[in-house]
Amino acid sequence: MALNQITSSSRSKLLKPLSCFSSSTSLRRPFSSSSDDNTVITVETSAPFVGHNIDPPCRSVETTPKELLGFFNDMAVMRRMEIAADSLYKSKLIRGFCHLYDGQEAVAVGMEAAITKKDCIITAYRDHCIFLGRGGTPFESFAELMGRKAGCSKGKGGSMHFYKKEAGFYGGHGIVGAQVPLGCGLAFAQKYSKDNTVTFTMYGDGAANQGQLFEALNMAALLDLPAILVCENNHYGMGTAEWRAAKSPAYYKRGDYVPGLKVDGMDALAVKQACKFAKEHALKNGPIILEMDTYRYHGHSMSDPGSTYRTRDEISGVRQVRDPIERIKKLIISHNLATEKELKDIEKNLRKEVDEAIAQAKESPMPDPSELFTNVYVKDFGLEAFGVDRKEVKVVLP
Amino acid sequence: MAAILKGIVATSVLSSSSDFVPKGVQLPSLKSLPVSERKGGFLVDGSDAKVVPVSNARARSAGRLVAANAVAAEKSAASTASKTGGHELLLFEALREGLEEEMDRDPRVCVMGEDVGHYGGSYKVTKGLAKKYGDLRVLDTPIAENSFTGMAVGAAMTGLRPIVEGMNMGFLLLAFNQISNNCGMLHYTSGGQFKIPIVIRGPGGVGRQLGAEHSQRLESYFQSIPGIQMVACSTPYNAKGLMKAAIRSENPVILFEHVLLYNLKERIPDEEYVLSLEEAEMVRPGEHVTILTYSRMRYHVMQAAKTLVNKGYDPEVIDIRSLKPFDLYTIGNSVKKTHRVLIVEECMRTGGIGASLTAAINENFHDYLDAPVVCLSSQDVPTPYAGTLEEWTVVQPAQIVTAVEQLCR
Repeated sequence: MALNQITSSSRSKLLKPLSCFSSSTSLRRPFSSSSDDNTVITVETSAPFVGHNIDPPCRSVETTPKELLGFFNDMAVMRRMEIAADSLYKSKLIRGFCHLYDGQEAVAVGMEAAITKKDCIITAYRDHCIFLGRGGTPFESFAELMGRKAGCSKGKGGSMHFYKKEAGFYGGHGIVGAQVPLGCGLAFAQKYSKDNTVTFTMYGDGAANQGQLFEALNMAALLDLPAILVCENNHYGMGTAEWRAAKSPAYYKRGDYVPGLKVDGMDALAVKQACKFAKEHALKNGPIILEMDTYRYHGHSMSDPGSTYRTRDEISGVRQVRDPIERIKKLIISHNLATEKELKDIEKNLRKEVDEAIAQAKESPMPDPSELFTNVYVKDFGLEAFGVDRKEVKVVLP
Repeated sequence: MAAILKGIVATSVLSSSSDFVPKGVQLPSLKSLPVSERKGGFLVDGSDAKVVPVSNARARSAGRLVAANAVAAEKSAASTASKTGGHELLLFEALREGLEEEMDRDPRVCVMGEDVGHYGGSYKVTKGLAKKYGDLRVLDTPIAENSFTGMAVGAAMTGLRPIVEGMNMGFLLLAFNQISNNCGMLHYTSGGQFKIPIVIRGPGGVGRQLGAEHSQRLESYFQSIPGIQMVACSTPYNAKGLMKAAIRSENPVILFEHVLLYNLKERIPDEEYVLSLEEAEMVRPGEHVTILTYSRMRYHVMQAAKTLVNKGYDPEVIDIRSLKPFDLYTIGNSVKKTHRVLIVEECMRTGGIGASLTAAINENFHDYLDAPVVCLSSQDVPTPYAGTLEEWTVVQPAQIVTAVEQLCR
């Protein structure tokens, strides 16, 4: 109902005023801006879920003021971080590849809201915001992007190799599609140790055409692994639109015997609902595919302007109609959880925090040259590679 | 390295239910023995990694090496001739024994591969294990090397210790991306957060008219991947020891077996033993020339060694075992003694293990060489099907004899 301010998209047809009992009452009650944890707000997702071989979950999502404000906060940090990374890249502090996630933040925050840190997430190279969602700090991210020692991978990974083991974030992978078998391996280990957790294996619409994905899916289904394959469909595989790369861009249906669910990936609450649903399903029945219909504002990476294969009108259109942060903002305002000014202040503070993190990261030192040779091997009783005169030579091989 | 065995002796870190070989390791030095007695294998001693030849008086008679058809069956077993006597088995059984012991020892060890479970493994290395440990722990995978290798790497990232079996090493080319990028590099790119304690093993090498695609030597392709270790086994004794060491290692290890060596028979110790992944094996000490070899070529070399001894040469034969990293210490000591090096390998001439080894020796021991390093490798051709042609692609004992004669002129 808060979304009826959205006008132009055809989606508005779906946003009929809520007639179901639960929501209407909650919207009339005024709330104090100090978020009350006990209050439950029920919101309808922007679009219904579409299921493949499965009954989709209900459109009504329960949330709390705290959660909504948390969504806003997290997404604002993510958005700010990605935009800052853009300018850092242009000023040559970040080099190489930099794939930005702005526009897709709802997937990261919605997923986090539905799971625990014991569940695993693995994704491809557009990983900055997922890292933040898993508990990483902007400082660690910027330090890693700038190749500093204090980065999450000690400066040795770069943009495409963010990891956070203790939070169950397994990266961070450069080769398209290669993370999907890894993700099924994580799910295999979870099944092996019987710890009732799941793995969210994320990939894009470009990777959806990789053979290893289907190989991994087959194995996951065969072994009933608790693997949830999440296709973040931003409709472009670098410069190639999905309809030019895939005969059937209905990625959620590609599992065939594996059920699938199509979700509006710009709606954090829909993502949360879908992930919760998927987790329950995966623990009982094995793999499921989630297709997140989302969009990236930037090009594929910083070397891609992003406008040669799509029009600027399209980008700004999506930004006006479907922006995830705006959606949550409108929800918050309409439920009187905060005023527009308060949200702006929050954003301003966050911006300052992110800027501080950048300044801190800029000051932090580069890795020591000796770090070139550390972590190539694990030093254990097995590995003592000796060179000519008994000195340990770990890397100068043979 | 040798610290492994010393570690087993000294601490209880690696304690398990079975006995270790405390006494067997510290055998007295055999300098007092006449040269002829010093044939055969060795056990690596403690801290200084001095190679201590083992008395094989008993083993030489008892331990026969029953080789496959055209493979030379000369050398005696490299086993302790301790009081227990050991037991005789074939190489694939030795691999299975090592595997089973490690699976008993650590519940995180699991196996995945094609036909490893119910079928028992195409070379019977995993026979009976699925019945004992269950279908999840000895996993039959579909024919999808890329993804099941990736799956194993992912499982290893969480702490499991999978062993991936490639039915033939050549099939692992399909998993090259996973092996190179994920398996080898994740420890580095994550800044040390993830360890990949995976073992990738399988038979490779030129077999008995298997055709070009099934006769590949993948060690030459994998050798540049940073972060992995490669070892090649050649006898039941070192097969079991290397298998156990590979499983216990925190690093990704690729264990190269050979199709033709699976039926070698040898007597191995009853006690538990683990070999070092980075050390070479002194097969036959000598004075005139250092012959470096590994895997199946070891047997061709030993066959040639017999002829050479008859002709009056005294070759020192070293089975390098560790293909990455090279044991430059053992090799170096040998080069310093003999001043002549011959490398006999099954890789192709271009870009093989021999090529790298030649470069390493030239770089490090140039001053000690009296003659250029000679490297005998397979021909740079796809392995043909016809038996005679196939024979000519790999190095034969006669060529080794000729090469030594030329080298020692």
